[in-house]
Amino acid sequence: MSRHFIDRNAKYLVLLCASASFIILAAIALFTLREGLPALQEVGWLKLIFGTEWRPSLDKFGILPMIVGSLAVTLGAMILAIPLGVGCAVLLAEVAPHRVRQFLRPAVEILVGIPSVVYGLVGMLLIVPLIREIGGTGYSIAAGALVLMAMVLPTIISISEDSIRAVPRRYKEGSLALGATHWQTIWHVLIPAARSGILAGVILGIGRAIGEAMAMIMVMGNAIQIPTSPLDPARSLAGGIAVEITYAGGLHQNALFAVGVVLFFLIMVINSFAMVVMRRRGERT
Amino acid sequence: MSAKSSQKIAMAFIWGSGVITVLILFLIIGYVLARGVPALGWDFLFTAPKGGLSGEGGISTAIVSTIYIVILTIAMLIVPGIGAAIYLSEYAKDNWLTRIIRYGVDTLAGVPSIVFGLFGFVLFVTALHFSFSLLAGALTMVCLLLPTLIRTSEEAIKAVPRSHREGALALGATKWQAIWRVVLPSALPGIVTGIILCIGRIVGETACLYVTIGGSAAMPTSLLSGGRTLSLHLFYLSMETNAFEKAMATAAVLIITILIINTIINWISYRFQARMRGGA
Repeated sequence: MSRHFIDRNAKYLVLLCASASFIILAAIALFTLREGLPALQEVGWLKLIFGTEWRPSLDKFGILPMIVGSLAVTLGAMILAIPLGVGCAVLLAEVAPHRVRQFLRPAVEILVGIPSVVYGLVGMLLIVPLIREIGGTGYSIAAGALVLMAMVLPTIISISEDSIRAVPRRYKEGSLALGATHWQTIWHVLIPAARSGILAGVILGIGRAIGEAMAMIMVMGNAIQIPTSPLDPARSLAGGIAVEITYAGGLHQNALFAVGVVLFFLIMVINSFAMVVMRRRGERT
Repeated sequence: MSAKSSQKIAMAFIWGSGVITVLILFLIIGYVLARGVPALGWDFLFTAPKGGLSGEGGISTAIVSTIYIVILTIAMLIVPGIGAAIYLSEYAKDNWLTRIIRYGVDTLAGVPSIVFGLFGFVLFVTALHFSFSLLAGALTMVCLLLPTLIRTSEEAIKAVPRSHREGALALGATKWQAIWRVVLPSALPGIVTGIILCIGRIVGETACLYVTIGGSAAMPTSLLSGGRTLSLHLFYLSMETNAFEKAMATAAVLIITILIINTIINWISYRFQARMRGGA
């Protein structure tokens, strides 16, 4: 085989490899939709999304409790993780001396690598009993939010840090030259300038939080009801699929794929939003 | 409030958030190791799980399943992952095709692992009749990890200086020869880092394997036998039994694995940066 023959065809080979991601994405959308469609037709879009009762044995498939569960636990996790994550990002990008940074950054990297089931297990044995002291069984939205906070923290920290670092030096120097304190500079100049990057980090964190299944099954108690307090147990969309998919059959299985469709499109919307925000940042700087 | 006192409060908050982050990490690692390590031992590592409510036995079959899944997934992932990275960094022009490909990679990276699980369940487990098996699980993992390997490899390839390519082309090499013999060897440490990162993700993954490999605790004998990885074993132990000591010991094995993987990655990138700085 001549080297020119290889050269001509290598391009098409790597193009094929590069197309794989899009093909897989399309296949995922297609297959989940195809499997979910019978349930969507049988139950109806609106009844599925806004139905409050999920009883597979009675063919009742309303996923509103799971939607509320997912949103509540994500909201809780974000309320905790955003100030902590942005604070930590500011520390890494602006405040900490080199040696602290060299210690803190690997620590954040390890947090990313810890398996979600380990977060779940530690949550079951440490956080759930702690919340039981306050009230309820402990398996609750609050426990889920605390576990999720730790899981999304690295995402928010690393993306926020990058975007604070990307703010041109002269912004900071100008502000300090005008007599602003370091904190005034951070709050009024650096964070506003890095706003879209921080927002992108938060949105990606939300995406991760909504998609998490196993750790949520382990600490949220999995009751299918619309929660009324942070101490109530609940079930998330992703968790709901994982709990039942291994034994479900017939329409029940189709309904779980319909939950998958909802989850898939929710994540698509969230991530497209993050991509738009990130691109805007790219154009401005 | 004066500017000075608000500065003090704010700095306390900023340092506080750093301290809390480190405390969370130490709490998780410390708690798992303190409770898990005492139960570790050769017996635990080399006997099979015997099941039951108290989770008798060890984790030997889970270790073997994990290793099989890692090898299978990486073997199937390397060619499409690195191939796509080569296309994106060396061939892609700024046109609609590239935009579609990038959209595919970026969006796939955000799809939740349980949705990959559903996909693997319909396509590999059911439609292709692989049933709940290591093969079905590994194929699903390949889909899940493709964006990760593409991104890390692309970054590594882009970090190779232009002069390397130009030198090779000036000597009469074809574009592909320049990529294969010059660019890829220079980018190898970065690509290897990406592969190790993927191994870490496979070891830690549960949701998509939970619905594709079946969870059998028996020793896998072929590509089509079911299995359970360490993470999955930990999940079964803590949800279906009360064997928290065994679960903790399994978690300790996972944490130690992740720490080793992180150390290797840091070591490679340290060496890689040192070499780049040395003017190679």
